[in-house]
Amino acid sequence: MTVEIEKLVRRFGHNAALDGVSLALHPGEFAALLGPSGSGKTTLLRILAGLDFPDAGSVRIAGTDVAGVPARLRGVGVVFQHYALFRHMTIAENIAFGLRVRPRRLRPAAADIARRVATLLELVQIPDLAGRYPDQVSGGQRQRVALARALAIEPSLLLLDEPFGALDALVRKEVRRWVRGLHDRLGITSVLVTHDQDEAMELADRIAVMDRGRIVQFGTPRALLDDPQTAFVAGFIGEANRLRGEVRDGWLEMRDLPVPMVRVKGRDGPVEVFIRPADLLVAPSPRRHGCVEVALVRPETESARVVVRCGASLLDGVAPTQVGRILPGVLCDVTVRRLTVFGEDGAREDLHLVDAPGCVGAGASI
Amino acid sequence: MGASAIAPRSASRHQALPGLGLTLGVTVVWLGAIVIVPLAALALKPWELGAAGVLAALSEPRVLAAFRMSFGGALAATLASVPVGILLAWAITRYRFPGRRVLDALIDLPFALPTAVAGLALTALFATNGWLGAPIEAVTGWKVAYTPAGVIVALFFVALPFIVRTVEPVLRDLPAETEEAAATLGATRLQTIRRVVLPALAPATVTGFGLGFARAVGEYGSVIFIAGNMPMVSEIAPLLIIVKLEQFNYAAAAAVGLAMLVLSFAILLLLNLWQRRLRRGQR
Repeated sequence: MTVEIEKLVRRFGHNAALDGVSLALHPGEFAALLGPSGSGKTTLLRILAGLDFPDAGSVRIAGTDVAGVPARLRGVGVVFQHYALFRHMTIAENIAFGLRVRPRRLRPAAADIARRVATLLELVQIPDLAGRYPDQVSGGQRQRVALARALAIEPSLLLLDEPFGALDALVRKEVRRWVRGLHDRLGITSVLVTHDQDEAMELADRIAVMDRGRIVQFGTPRALLDDPQTAFVAGFIGEANRLRGEVRDGWLEMRDLPVPMVRVKGRDGPVEVFIRPADLLVAPSPRRHGCVEVALVRPETESARVVVRCGASLLDGVAPTQVGRILPGVLCDVTVRRLTVFGEDGAREDLHLVDAPGCVGAGASI
Repeated sequence: MGASAIAPRSASRHQALPGLGLTLGVTVVWLGAIVIVPLAALALKPWELGAAGVLAALSEPRVLAAFRMSFGGALAATLASVPVGILLAWAITRYRFPGRRVLDALIDLPFALPTAVAGLALTALFATNGWLGAPIEAVTGWKVAYTPAGVIVALFFVALPFIVRTVEPVLRDLPAETEEAAATLGATRLQTIRRVVLPALAPATVTGFGLGFARAVGEYGSVIFIAGNMPMVSEIAPLLIIVKLEQFNYAAAAAVGLAMLVLSFAILLLLNLWQRRLRRGQR
């Protein structure tokens, strides 16, 4: 089922929770809305569900404008953050609820409902819990019930509002993979709201990164990592060293990390530079007078994560070779394999690498 | 193996919370002094009449009528206060309106007001020349004060706050998400209230009903002014106890009291079991 959102605006008093959001989802896609709290992702989800209404803009689900359609007629399944199970009903009754409240002519016969509930319990792998009450099962199981209850109405769109937040870390990882597997089997267009980038990266086909009521970038996890369009995305997605710099006469200058010979095509002025730890290579200096000092070393299986002191900054990097010689206090050389520069307005600058000699090098892949 | 090695040798000698002896002792003495001894006296006193005498005292037509009035009136008044109480609780928890705090405070007024004052006020209000009594009589021809209806009005007044105050916290804690979940699953507003909200309130409502009913059965001060106290018509059992006491018929008064106690206890026990059934499966 396609979902098209256009120029959505939702204000609460003077604050715009959504400030002109447009988004189009492919049928069967698993999309994530990722952003810090207060970025408007939950508001967007509630508008999709019909639990909140926009001040301007439109939402089309499967080509139909749903502006005037109340939640109960939308056929959108929602898994709430705290599951919102009906505590006075057994788990089977919870799952059957969406079928039992249908108008009589659309309501399946009791035997059909029972069969559907049994199938769904099987699907979410809790067939033995039918007669229990929500208070009598674990958090992970409650989440499965919430999912089965939402799936019972055969939704055209499935919305998941921070569904893993209430689970402990171990269960979360497992449930996450299971949910993705379920999505792949059922093929329901799904939207996940989360502030946890790991979760979004692992589950979603595409991620919409939200900041202050806007979608700042919508793309695959790979694209967000490799090709961030704004400083916010570069800082929010993945790990990054963040450095202040300045462009003078078209050349990038950074006080703490003197990378030579990077031409910046934009205007001169202050810029922000992002370097992923994997792109900051630390190696023992052959001349024994490297220009960065190792502050911390954390061994990993084949390499090491290294924190180096560059001027006033501490930067994260990796030491892929000669790990044994990199110890706290040792002077090293660093090579920057790749960096991203954003102007003051947060927009990305085009770069051009000229050459990379010297103690701090710049690799060829900028 | 490790667990058994570190388990305390005697669980009873090493209580995690000290002070059981003291607290239990105080509780038992207190309970004994103000509850058990007087109740035991009440339970023993009627038998001075002998079993047949107790039976005769209780099967007097005037006594039976008073029981019907007390228990029937309390039942009707408490039942009537259930929907009103739930609506009031709904209004003060779900909406913000001017005067909400005042309304909130007014609900507790029957707790605070001396019951005789409440009785006098209600009587003045519902008398045939009162602000409410006059129009009611003009329109419907019914008299409220000095009839069984007056008893029910007074009992309604005392039972209502119990319903409101027991339902209110549950309603306040009912997450909005639950109702929203019902809506996304296709339920209409009415279905949501009937199948999700009211069942969630049911255990608290039964508790409130029990409290309100118990209070209404024993209510004396606010009823005697408005009831008119006509034997066989609008006389309540607590008043009959006073009447018997004034006739120095202590044993018969105690018999009425004991019967009320047993009946009330049985009703509260049933309500408690029902409430537990409603709460089944919930923590």
